[in-house]
This record gives sequence, structure tokens and C-alpha cells, in this order.
Amino acid sequence: MADLKLENVAKSYGEVQVLKDIDLDIKAGELIVFVGPSGCGKSTLLRMIAGLEKITGGTLEIDGVRMNDVPPANRGIAMVFQSYALYPHMTVRDNMAFALKIAKMPQAEIDAAVEKAARMLQLEPYLDRLPKALSGGQRQRVAIGRAIVRDPKVYLFDEPLSNLDAALRVATRIEIAQLKEAMPERTMIYVTHDQVEAMTLASRIVVLANKGIAQVGTPLELYEKPQNEFVAQFIGSPSMNLFPGEVVETGATTVVKLDRGGVARSSVPTQPADKGLKVNIGVRPEDFVPAEGVEPIYTGRVDIVEALGEVTLLYFEAEGERDPIIAKLPGIHHDRRHSEIGLTADPSKVHLFANGQSLLYR
Amino acid sequence: MSPILQGIITIVLGVGGCVTYFYASNLILDKVIFPPKGSDPGRNINRANAVRPWLFLFPAIFALGLYLAYPVVGSAWRSLFDRDGAQFIGLGNYEKLAADPTFRQAVFNNFLWVLVVPAAATFFGLMAAQLTDRIKWGNIAKSLIFMPMAISFVGASLIWKFVYANNPQIGLINAIRDYFQLQPIDPLQIPFWNNFFLMVILVWIQTGFAMVILSAALRGIPEETIEAAVLDGANPFQLFFKIKVPQIMPTIVVVWTTITILVLKVFDIVYATTGGNFGTQILPSYMMQYMFRDDGRATAVAFVIMIIVLPVMIWNIIQARKETR
Repeated sequence: MADLKLENVAKSYGEVQVLKDIDLDIKAGELIVFVGPSGCGKSTLLRMIAGLEKITGGTLEIDGVRMNDVPPANRGIAMVFQSYALYPHMTVRDNMAFALKIAKMPQAEIDAAVEKAARMLQLEPYLDRLPKALSGGQRQRVAIGRAIVRDPKVYLFDEPLSNLDAALRVATRIEIAQLKEAMPERTMIYVTHDQVEAMTLASRIVVLANKGIAQVGTPLELYEKPQNEFVAQFIGSPSMNLFPGEVVETGATTVVKLDRGGVARSSVPTQPADKGLKVNIGVRPEDFVPAEGVEPIYTGRVDIVEALGEVTLLYFEAEGERDPIIAKLPGIHHDRRHSEIGLTADPSKVHLFANGQSLLYR
Repeated sequence: MSPILQGIITIVLGVGGCVTYFYASNLILDKVIFPPKGSDPGRNINRANAVRPWLFLFPAIFALGLYLAYPVVGSAWRSLFDRDGAQFIGLGNYEKLAADPTFRQAVFNNFLWVLVVPAAATFFGLMAAQLTDRIKWGNIAKSLIFMPMAISFVGASLIWKFVYANNPQIGLINAIRDYFQLQPIDPLQIPFWNNFFLMVILVWIQTGFAMVILSAALRGIPEETIEAAVLDGANPFQLFFKIKVPQIMPTIVVVWTTITILVLKVFDIVYATTGGNFGTQILPSYMMQYMFRDDGRATAVAFVIMIIVLPVMIWNIIQARKETR
């Protein structure tokens, strides 16, 4: 029920600018995930929406109302912190009821709201315990419960799963997805550095980098049509391989002659004027297939083989490359070590970037 | 011999003595008493290791026994004798105490001190800790508030004697009264209330102590819980009293009880200001009054003080342990 609108939002600490030109339209009922490398300002942006950090430029609107100077409690938001931030001296019940008591809600309504949230999160047996008597997963559920009882228009999650162990993280992630499903009209903003969380939970992902937004889109848009090299390499694991080259044939199918030898065909269309353009082609490891009967994009000796069972990761000896070239082939190929392999990819899976930007979006 | 040389010799002898003790006692244990040889060397090593902690504990236990346990038992025993310790009079000293109105006055005043001083010092310390954290010159303010801690009780008493002096040329209080054309008074001679004027001195000293400890505790509160409370809509007062104070409650209790114990021991303030006159007597100064005149009675008072302190002390230790856990 709440639309968020960020316009030209910027943040600086004194002279140091950490975020600038953030424009974002969030529709009611979306689950937006902020991802980005550490230090990119994703948590800062979330805290600015919450009101815990001052917005030093631009405007933030919730439901069309300017929120820049509205105190956090009046913004209609609730936040779940990474460290849970439970009040250690209060029982689970009091933790969840605190905001409602502050708001002077009648006791009967408080009890009803707490009971309802506790039922939703299976916290009923623990209502009279102190946080220290709970496990990490239970504490996280209490933190979520504390947000639910306030029935906010916008939920903010600041890396809520990063303090949990791997198994619990998966379980809690699914719980959050179910929570979202149970409240389809509520807007949620979720900060994480975990790609899997971003891909599985998000209705749209916001990739933050270099003080700004690198791309906004649905998880599959980011995966299939990254706007720039940064997003291309950030989304997907292992990250996309990039090869420098030069456009030699233009048209519906573009042919790129690669600097290190090899030829790539891409179904990204180009204009005749693009001939001779310096580009980087990008191929995801999982899109590589052994080249049989065609000229390969890349030929190299396999350095390391990681057989994961359902797939095999092949790392190629990279001379003068920043990152190793990686191919992810289905099945088991651990006999490929030290052998020479030619790799190619379907033209629809070959991305083209010039000056870091995708040619698909010009 | 110059005092410096004396000091150096003391240090060398003390440290050297400790080293020699630990080295020699361990050597004797390992080589003579349980040498790792014979029919079962492993068992000897185990036995030596079982004894070893006691070698290290012994000096502390011995010193505490000599300077703490023995005096307690000795005082208890001495308090059962008459003034020169010649004649056993049972609980005679205690009976005399109970019958003495000055003693009863001292007990009453002491309860006043115990009620007021720790509460006031902790309260002001807490306020100072919270407020100085939020202002730019907070650190300067903190130093100023802490400074009285560095003044001896007698020095502080003399300073406040000037404040209370019955002369507008010297006393701050009477200077203010004089400004409003009021007659000078002697605050230390106003019955009952003079107790509180004396308490002010100790509160003035102890506020700094409470502030430093509580300020550290306040800073130890996780920032997120405060942010969460801000998001929950708590105003600054609710934030302070419902989120911050409960989280540092164990520290507040420790500060409170520590000051309580101190209050039960302070005699210098009363001694240096009123000398226990004008109805300001408290137990420690009452004890001092009888010291050297009637040692039996003075030790009886000392014992009464100890019995009053004991429960507070135990409570204090329990709380401090809880906090470190």
C-alpha cells in the first residue's frame, strides 16, 4: 500500500560523498533487494529510508509525502537489523509490544497483535523468555515479529540472515518469502550481499556500485541482460568471463574477432558504423560448450578442475588475465585436467560491452 | 639513608623475595618432595601438579589471613573486654552502646547517609554520564566532575567548610545571603539538615566515580537497540529510562553498593567539619571518638559497622560477578 520514491538522493559525510543521484521508484507490494559489494552504501541507503541517517540531498517520498525530515517512527516503516537488536532486558512479548505500548495502544489490542505475530512466526512457546534464552534463528524471528506487530507500510531488512548458519539461513529465507506472500500488499526493502538471497527473494534487484545505481531490474533481467560489465560480473557465480576484441562484422549477428585469437558471434545487433569498435564480449561460465566443428571463442589448457557432481568447473590457465577464465560444464569431467579445450557459446548468450556499457541498451 | 635508596631496596627485596619464593618452592616440590623418578614417576608428577596451585595461592592466603581474617576475629574478641583489655565483660560494650543516645543518633544518621548519598551520587553520575556524552565540551565537563575524586576527604571537607563558613567574606552561602541582605547563618549548626550539608560533600566527590563507570556502561549498550527503539517511536526520555537504564542496571547496582560501602566507612568528613557535634555523629566518627580512650567500645562499634556492611558487600560481589559473566 506504500509507494516509495527516491529522487536524486545523495549522502555525504562532510566532504566524503558516499551516494549520489539515486533515483528509484518502488511500487507498493514489491520486494526490492539492494545488493552491491561491501562499502557500496546499500545499508546507508536503507538507513536513510528508515530515517536513521540524514538525507543530505534529494527527496524521499512515501505515498507521495516528503519524508526527509519526518522522524523515523512516523514514516510507517519497521526495520529488522542484522544483529537483531532485541532489547535484552525484555521478554519476547515485551520486545514485540514495545512500539505499541509507546504508541499507547489499548492493552487488549497489543495482546492480540502480539499473539497474532507470535502465531505466524511460531514463537508462542517463547513469549515469556528473554532474548538470551533463544537460539539465533528464534531471535531473528522475534526481530521480524517486532516489525510485524507494528503493521508498517514498508518493511526494511538489513542483512537479516548474515548472522545465521547456512542451514538456518535457507530456512529463514524461505520464511521471509512466505511472509511476503502472506502480506502481498506490503512493500519490503531488503539489503544483502548474498546473491542467492537477492535472486530468490526479489521482485526487483537494485545493484549499487560506485556511489550510484548500476542497474535496476528483475533478477532474470539482471542475469540475462546486464546493462554494464559491473552488473554482468556481479550477478552470477562464478562471474561472467570477459574477452577483449574488435567488431569485424555487423548486422543482426555481430562477429567479434578476439584479441587473443578466436571468434565470437553474438546476437546483439550492431550498426555498420560499429565496425572496428573495440568491445568486450562476455560469456557466463555456464553458457560455454565445447567447440566441435566451429571456431572456438576461447581455447586454453585446463588448470584446475572442480567436480561438483552435477556440474564441473574448469579453470583455465590465464596469461596476463586478471581473473581466470572459468567454464561450467554439465556432468563430470575431472579427466580434463591439463588437456586443451576449445569453448564456444550460443550467439544469444554472448554479451557485448563497449566502454563497460552493454550494446543491448544503447 | 635517603628515602629513594630505601624505596629501591624495598622494591628489590620485595620483588626478589617473591621470585625466590616461587622459584625455590617449586624447585623443592619438583626435586625433593615429588621427584619424577622412582617406581611411578607419572604419579609423582601428577601429585606435584596438584600441589602447585597452592604454592602460588599461599602468599595471598597468608597475607589476607594475617591482615583480614585475624583482625576480624581479634576485634570480635577484643570488643568483649573492657577499656584497657584487662577484664572480660561479655557483651557489656554492646549494652553500653545500645544505651548511649549518641550511638543511636549515629546509627540513625548513618542510615540517612546510606539512603541519600549512594542514591544521589548514582543519580547525578548517571545524568552527568548521559548528558556529557551528547555535548561537544562533554569531555571537559567530565574531567571537572571527576576531579573531586582526586581530592582527599579531609581536603574536600575543608573546601566545603569555606563554602559553609559563617562569614559573608568567606562563605559562599552567606555571601549569597548577604547579597539578598539576609543575616549570615551557620549551615553546619542547623539541626538535622546539617547532616545533609555534610552529605553534599561526599556526593560531590562520588558523582565523578559514578559518572565514569556509568558512562563506560552507557557506551557499551549496542547502538542497534537504541536505533530500534527510535524506530519504535521512543522519545529521548523513554529511550533513556526504558532502553538504556535497564540495560546497565547491573552496573548501576554495583556503583550504588560500592558507594554504600564507602559511606559506611567515611569518617573524615564529619571529623573535619563538625567533629560529630550538632547531631551529625555517624558510626565511623563515633568510633574514632572512643579510639584510644576506650578501645573495647571502639572495637565494638567497628564490629557493628562490619556487620552492617557485610550484606551490602555480599550483594555487591554477587552483582559484580553477574555482570562479568
